[in-house]
Amino acid sequence: MTEIDVNKLANAKAKGKRPYFFDDPAVERVLSITMAVATELAVTRERLDTVERLLEDGVPVTKANIDSYRPDDDAAQERQQWHADYISRILRIVHQELEAIENESLNEDSEKLADKYAAA
Amino acid sequence: MANTLPPTFDRTGRHALTPAVDHDELARFNFLTNLNVHLGQQVSPGNRSAYEKRVKPAFKKAAGRDPETRQDLRKAMRNDPYYQFWAALRRNTMEQRQQSGRHVVLRQLDDLIGKAKSFNDGKDTLKIDGQMKVPRYLARVDNHCMPGSYYTEVVADDILAGANYETGLFVTTAGSMSSKGDGGGRAIVNFVKKSFADFKPKRILDLGAGIGVNTLPLADAFPEAEVFAVDAGAPMVRWGHARAQAMGYDNVKFIHADGDNLDFEHGSFDWIQTTMFWHETSTTAIQSMMKKMFDLLAPGGLFLNVEQPNFKPDTPLYDQFTRDWDAWYNNEPFWSKLHVMDVFELVKNAGFDPRKLFDGGTEADIEQGQFQPWSSTLSRHKHELKDSGDVKHNQYKGERWYLYGGWK
Repeated sequence: MTEIDVNKLANAKAKGKRPYFFDDPAVERVLSITMAVATELAVTRERLDTVERLLEDGVPVTKANIDSYRPDDDAAQERQQWHADYISRILRIVHQELEAIENESLNEDSEKLADKYAAA
Repeated sequence: MANTLPPTFDRTGRHALTPAVDHDELARFNFLTNLNVHLGQQVSPGNRSAYEKRVKPAFKKAAGRDPETRQDLRKAMRNDPYYQFWAALRRNTMEQRQQSGRHVVLRQLDDLIGKAKSFNDGKDTLKIDGQMKVPRYLARVDNHCMPGSYYTEVVADDILAGANYETGLFVTTAGSMSSKGDGGGRAIVNFVKKSFADFKPKRILDLGAGIGVNTLPLADAFPEAEVFAVDAGAPMVRWGHARAQAMGYDNVKFIHADGDNLDFEHGSFDWIQTTMFWHETSTTAIQSMMKKMFDLLAPGGLFLNVEQPNFKPDTPLYDQFTRDWDAWYNNEPFWSKLHVMDVFELVKNAGFDPRKLFDGGTEADIEQGQFQPWSSTLSRHKHELKDSGDVKHNQYKGERWYLYGGWK
């Protein structure tokens, strides 16, 4: 048995200076942790989905049955759709920013707008 | 909308060595694959809008001219908040993929090493060079954010790099390389069989073969041939050999060696193949190794390379910028150098007759079933090249795989 620190090795940093894209790297660190937490929620959700499907099929909900569960084509499709919907929800702000870039009319300042349309 | 969803990770091909993946690890891979797909299909295209609507106008205002080089564009984009978000997410997703894949392998490392040894020990189809010096360009870079690159050995008889590479390939390519990850190798075979129907190689060398995912289809296509997969990473070669053996291939030899220092006879190969290899090597190494490959080829032999197409003078700046992204931000720095080289010049300088050079394109070959409809929705370079009209050479029509080479 070789003694290795699995978590430390799994987390190892790749050589080379890491590029940080945001003006403040602290923001990027928090984003990174947020995405890791989002990943783990998706993992838990997929596990819950498995539990529900086992229950529906009358299969005992044991750790072994959960680990050996493989979705059929329909179930796989439904689970992938859940991931797609979920990712779309958590990245809402990014997509709204793109909408704002592509459509100037979505960017009117509320204060100015109040004055501008006061008499409307 | 059904065909816009990738297959689930459990659809990947399995063999006797495949690491055990428990329920949550599988779900993690599924999430990361879907995240990659979302970033590629739904977030990344917005960078273009950010560029056209605000980055380019702001650059023009400040500099009094349009961006003229891909470096201009890259620098300017770095200040854009939308681009920053996409880039940060993309980089982070790659790091998460590495962490997840490594964890799966590391938690069962002893078991996997034992299994690999059971296929490797005593086989004359595997050669590991314990004295090999890792080339400097390889030692300096952990390509695509893979900690320790291809060559680092965490323990004796290590296979971590190879097993992690195989495990994560599905996530990185969003399941677009077929269940065994060999869509590229199969594409090469289709190209060769279609273009050179009479070609019957007896000895084939795949340089920089990694774990041999794209080598095995060559062995399938030419079962009588002696096939050599060469790579500079010992953990890749150990894993690749064990994997090939587990999958029933006994005509593929795996050699751990620096491609610049190979122990093969002059003129001893009918086909030398590289697949997505040169972009991870230095300029000097490319020039030197290509000359050596020319020497190793027999007269009438085929030299065939697969890479992303290089920039042409009329390749739009924005396309250059997107194709260069991995060079700068996914730890593949030499790609940026290769992008601006003339590959035909390289091959000519290696000794090939300019009249015997060619290029072409081919689509990834994916087995029928769940991977097929999915794969057809993903072809990043294809739409990029079609949009830009960057189709310069005779045969290449913007397919997924660009091939170039020559006959000796």
